[in-house]
Amino acid sequence: MATEGLHENETLASLKSEAEVGGSLEPRRLRLQRGTDYGLVLPVHQVAERVEALGQFVMKTRRTLKGHGNKVLCMDWCKDKRRIVSSSQVCHEHAVTMPCTWVMACAYAPSGCAIACGGLDNKCSVYPLTFDKNENMAAKKKSVAMHTNYLSACSFTNSDMQILTASGDGTCALWDVESGQLLQSFHGHGADVLCLDLAPSETGNTFVSGGCDKKAMVWDMRSGQCVQAFETHESDINSVRYYPSGDAFASGSDDATCRLYDLRADREVAIYSKESIIFGASSVDFSLSGRLLFAGYNDYTINVWDVLKGSRVSILFGHENRVSTLRVSPDGTAFCSGSWDHTLRVRGMVFCFPVCERREDG
Amino acid sequence: MAAGPAPPPGRLRAQMPHLRKMERVVVSMQDPDQGVKMRSQRLLVTVIPHAVTGSDVVQWLAQKFCVSEEEALHLGAVLVQHGYIYPLRDPRSLMLRPDETPYRFQVRLGGAAIYLAKKNIRKRGTLVDYEKDCYDRLHKKINHAWDLVLMQAREQLRAAKQRRKGDRLVIACQEQTYWLVNRPPPRAPNVLEQGPGRGSCAASRVLMTKSADFYKREIEYFRKALGRTRVKSSICLEAYLSFCGQRGPHDPLVSGCLPSNPWISDDDAYWVMNAPTVAAPTKLRVERWGFSFRELLEDPVGRAHFMDFLGKEFSGENLSFWEACEELRYGAQAQVPTLVDAVYEQFLAPGAARWVNIDSRTMEQTLEGLHQPHRYVLDDAQLHIYMLMKKDSYPRFLKSDMYKGLLAEAGIPLETKRRVFPFMWRPRHSSPSPALLPTPVEPTAACGLGGGDGVA
Repeated sequence: MATEGLHENETLASLKSEAEVGGSLEPRRLRLQRGTDYGLVLPVHQVAERVEALGQFVMKTRRTLKGHGNKVLCMDWCKDKRRIVSSSQVCHEHAVTMPCTWVMACAYAPSGCAIACGGLDNKCSVYPLTFDKNENMAAKKKSVAMHTNYLSACSFTNSDMQILTASGDGTCALWDVESGQLLQSFHGHGADVLCLDLAPSETGNTFVSGGCDKKAMVWDMRSGQCVQAFETHESDINSVRYYPSGDAFASGSDDATCRLYDLRADREVAIYSKESIIFGASSVDFSLSGRLLFAGYNDYTINVWDVLKGSRVSILFGHENRVSTLRVSPDGTAFCSGSWDHTLRVRGMVFCFPVCERREDG
Repeated sequence: MAAGPAPPPGRLRAQMPHLRKMERVVVSMQDPDQGVKMRSQRLLVTVIPHAVTGSDVVQWLAQKFCVSEEEALHLGAVLVQHGYIYPLRDPRSLMLRPDETPYRFQVRLGGAAIYLAKKNIRKRGTLVDYEKDCYDRLHKKINHAWDLVLMQAREQLRAAKQRRKGDRLVIACQEQTYWLVNRPPPRAPNVLEQGPGRGSCAASRVLMTKSADFYKREIEYFRKALGRTRVKSSICLEAYLSFCGQRGPHDPLVSGCLPSNPWISDDDAYWVMNAPTVAAPTKLRVERWGFSFRELLEDPVGRAHFMDFLGKEFSGENLSFWEACEELRYGAQAQVPTLVDAVYEQFLAPGAARWVNIDSRTMEQTLEGLHQPHRYVLDDAQLHIYMLMKKDSYPRFLKSDMYKGLLAEAGIPLETKRRVFPFMWRPRHSSPSPALLPTPVEPTAACGLGGGDGVA
């Protein structure tokens, strides 16, 4: 079994040592990815001065959703831009009761006709949505993904028929919804995988995942191979999200920083952090143009970052426990944050003061 | 008397960077020169030494981190909630009041230190060897706070001996804080709760068998990683600048949206005007079709117009072929053989009704691959056609009279006038769920829009 695939002149030992040579160079290569090395300025600061400053934003909570009786763990927007699905210990919107305590991941299907969710049950299940009061939604549930540890994230691809999952068992996987068949699995993380995001690319072939091994890895969906990896965070990566152009992605970590990684430069190009921000970032998302990065933190706040300047634009209070999930709506008109304080808040920009002389905020 | 929050079970402190950072902040707050001003606080008739006021804490944090008072208050409140600072008045609730309310710092590592210090004070020099080692190590570790440790040790001894009112009060506050942090009342957030454990179950981790395949993939990965051409960061950043600059006016959270943001004004007009299939797209929307080919295809209205345009050029089959390939890629596994056959019949077979013009090499390889159909078998052909449309048809579309006409016709909505009576409340209606509609409204891979050559 282990000798399958060997050509002439190849032995398992020779392959192993060749791989080890590559492996020995990896730490040096990874260090080159760091945004700052030997005191060099982060790339983003090179362009920061040329960017016009944003005005001062006033974001107001416009909806507070209190239906959950427990911690909100995850949420997702429907493509119709107005509905959301959220999960905690009970999967909401259609009040499906799941036989497990933590539902850590949920996703809306592109058609808006189904949702997927899972968590400590190690599975990802798909529920077709129905408004027929007589129908028991749980009866129509389809168990799609099976992992050997908790499900941390899930996402439909471009259709209702495929689901991508991330798990505490260290792998990601692509599944066929109808049959539950495993289409592809993605191995490479050295610890729990906590998050994933599909690339908004023309060819629609890649996705990025982040894990407890402090790595963010980019995968080819077709071959199952890791095509790029980044390792500059100092702690678990809780959230990854692509920049709208697809050329970069942001990550939020327990090390209290968010970072921007560029795929073509193959390195970290910005770090969004402040001394006063001590708690981990649990969830990040970009505004439509990619100019703003919203990040929810475990100290109950949301910080809004100017992606190009590298500085913080705003800090938002309101939640009474950690912010566990945050997503901008599909048309970019608002963003929703979910929290362990049992609520979801939808916030929009009320107005923006024009740029004027004001004290530099750190 | 243990100080601060007890570490939760099953999770190493090393994995909680925020605790270490909080400790560092608290330590610097207690610096004799640079820290928060310590004074004796009067509490009714008692005087408590080495205390700080809530407002001093807030001021210090605001100055040290260059943040607003609101943020400094929030940060201070977090420190109180975790028990690093405890209130000397009204210890029932762990709040930070930005006024003269007195607070004290917990000595984080104090439990053992205080115990040993007490022992040392009580019976000078009777600490046994390992206790002495421990004492010395702790002394080194919390050198800056040693005075506080000694002071607290003396206080506790005194309290035990003389039951001095001030000391008893302090100890009562400490204990109360400890219990509030470790056993919070029902409504209060439990700062120690961490959520499901991570990395705790190594046994369930999927391990890769180190086969030849495994090593080959590793080698391939390293080869690619080392040989990768990297674009200069400055060029990448230029790309962000132009992307953000181009999209800024289209970003409602940055530039607002017209006629109004439906979440703010409770007026659906914006959503109605920008519905997926709308007869008259707005100007901003038509502009976006010019940003990238992907943007055009992702918009159902844009795609429909593009299909019309291709129809006029007799190349509509290209877009239809691309759509059929998408359907295959994202379709159900069971459908793969059927879909592949259908695509072959319609687009690839010699003499097919809507034959697509692919270069001979790709065509050969594709036809070869069709013997063992899988969902990616048409990838090369699809990419070829996509690039053809992107490089050829798309630029012509943008220069066409059709597109220019659409741009000219498209309107800019007027901003909704501010309501004179702001308390005029608009009832909020629930939108119809997509699950209720008979057919999907959004174009999924399976739902290409009609038009074009009219052949099904």
